[in-house]
Amino acid sequence: MLANVKKIFEEPLYPYLRSVDQDENPPVQKPVIIIGAGPVGLTLAIDLALKDIQVVVLDDNEKVSFGSRAICFAKRPLEILDRLGVGEQCIEKGVTWSKGKVFFDERQVYDFDLLPDPDHKRPAFINLQQYYLETFLVQRLEKLKADGKPVEIRGKNKVTSIDQKDEFVILQIDTPEGAYAMQAQWVVACDGAASSVRSMLALEFQGRVFEDNFLIADVVMDAKFPTERWFWFDPPFNRGQSALLHKQPDNVWRIDLQLGWDIDKEAELKPEKVKARVQKMLGDDVKFDLEWVSIYTFQCRAMENFRHNRVIFAGDSAHQVSPFGARGANSGIADADNLAWKLKLVLDQLAPEELLDSYVEERVLAARENILNSTRSTDFITPKSKMSGIFRNAVLELAEQSEFARPLVNSGRLSVPSVYDKCSLTGKDHPDMPAITRPGAPAIDAPVDKKWLIDLVGNDFQLLAINTKVPDMLQVNEICIKSLIIEATDIVRQRYLGNAKSAVYLLRPDQHIMARWLEFDEQAVIQEIKRITRYSGRGN
Amino acid sequence: MGTLNTFPNLNDPDGFYEELLRLHEGLSEEESTLVNAKLVLILANHIGDRAVITEALTLARKSANVDQF
Ligand SMILES: Cc1cc2nc3c(=O)[nH]c(=O)nc-3n(C[C@H](O)[C@H](O)[C@H](O)COP(=O)(O)OP(=O)(O)OC[C@H]3O[C@@H](n4cnc5c(N)ncnc54)[C@H](O)[C@@H]3O)c2cc1C
Repeated sequence: MLANVKKIFEEPLYPYLRSVDQDENPPVQKPVIIIGAGPVGLTLAIDLALKDIQVVVLDDNEKVSFGSRAICFAKRPLEILDRLGVGEQCIEKGVTWSKGKVFFDERQVYDFDLLPDPDHKRPAFINLQQYYLETFLVQRLEKLKADGKPVEIRGKNKVTSIDQKDEFVILQIDTPEGAYAMQAQWVVACDGAASSVRSMLALEFQGRVFEDNFLIADVVMDAKFPTERWFWFDPPFNRGQSALLHKQPDNVWRIDLQLGWDIDKEAELKPEKVKARVQKMLGDDVKFDLEWVSIYTFQCRAMENFRHNRVIFAGDSAHQVSPFGARGANSGIADADNLAWKLKLVLDQLAPEELLDSYVEERVLAARENILNSTRSTDFITPKSKMSGIFRNAVLELAEQSEFARPLVNSGRLSVPSVYDKCSLTGKDHPDMPAITRPGAPAIDAPVDKKWLIDLVGNDFQLLAINTKVPDMLQVNEICIKSLIIEATDIVRQRYLGNAKSAVYLLRPDQHIMARWLEFDEQAVIQEIKRITRYSGRGN
Repeated sequence: MGTLNTFPNLNDPDGFYEELLRLHEGLSEEESTLVNAKLVLILANHIGDRAVITEALTLARKSANVDQF
């Protein structure tokens, strides 16, 4: 830990407090226990609490995560955080950005603009330190608890063993005041890439380690650099390697410097050495302080199955990616978004527990996509053979002169939501409607009567009727389906109608589209809902 | 789409070949490799059809007398 440490890391945000459960014998049983209070565990806990599912979050720590971790948060996770009541804070604190530059050697090869789209509530990206996101999530959770929602977080509660029975799971938990046990109907392991739950269950986590080291430094400085993502290949200040500079709130800047494989980590982490490297990068006249410095080796790994009976894995415990593309926390938040409503239906006995396998199906697909993307980026950024280095340089040199080569430059393909194509919950499509809103895709935002579409849907099943009618409310197998009727504007037409004159969309509680038709047809909706209430893993 | 043309398609084979050799004249092996890499990228982009490119990659690798990739 280096100079200028902020209070936020040090403050125990959820200090250990004795719970009455510690004195219970036999142990109490909870519907859901979440292990790990990182971004994923906290997101899931809030979502479940809002659905009135009793949930306890256990974490072996009592503070937010420290050090250089996630900074880039993408539009879709921001929309999820909005649904949970945390989005606004993130936007207010975060740095919104859309521009980037790519340099090769001493030259700028090209620049890009992700063009903020005025027809979406949320921007493509914001930068926000992970510790801020976690703080906001903890505060939201505490607020829900104060408002009477059945949620709590227990610091310094370390899970040390797991015993799966047919009907429940028994957890052994260590605390500063000794051990206790609890039972849970469902356990969600959100305990990070080094998941101890995964080890306790002797489950594999396979993939690729990239033989390279990255020095990640967060520096505090009053610099004139613009709010842009700058990426260097083979710059004079870090020959033969890559570098990244990106702005965060509070005048903190993220710096990534690739170091190569054979290095002396301890020597590289010495403050003098780090300062010299950073000074060389920023120029002699820039004054800065180091906030955090770490050396990371990146990997792309995933579990084969994210559900093992009553234990479900989400976030980094289930899949880990290299940070190029900012797909770690972003996809973990989407895991939570996908799992919460399914757990709710299963606990309410409105759907069979096999429905949870659809979480596995959809999020394994997403994990594969993320791993593919971040592996490709890592291979471009850190070429592993002479020939791949030659192709990389060829691409960069061509990109400078010729537009065609620019799409080949891969300094990270930034996180986008996965579309659950061909998955068992993905239903009927209509050929006249646009591909971006096909079943399986998340709803795409659009302005609707001075509001945002994305704010008008979510948390429940919903029929969205455009230029046509649907009943105010529909009840199918005890599942309540709400309605939203809107008139098409140009943007809505472009995003939802295409060549169709009208449309009825069926949305899931996570805002993903299940099916769409020209007009309302009750039997058709019932058929789609049966995919869930009679889930068999094969679709209908 | 797809189907790579594996029949003669250049109306001036000897002229093309001469030009290709001239492209590398005076270059070190390293420079030549870079130029070749650029050429591959330029031509691949011009072809555009991913299936045709895959057929071309497979054909190139096959004649290198190593296992398929
Ligand atoms: C340098 C770097 C840059 C990154 N940049 C980005 C980015 O820009 N965007 C992005 O989306 N992602 C990024 N990531 C990835 C992101 O940090 C992770 O994906 C994210 O933290 C995963 O969240 P999680 O909740 O799954 O796990 P974690 O955040 O790892 O949380 C796990 C929690 O479980 C607790 N725990 C572990 N074992 C136990 C136990 N036995 N009992 C109780 N509690 C336990 C831990 O204390 C911890 O609090 C980056 C990562 C790195 C390293």
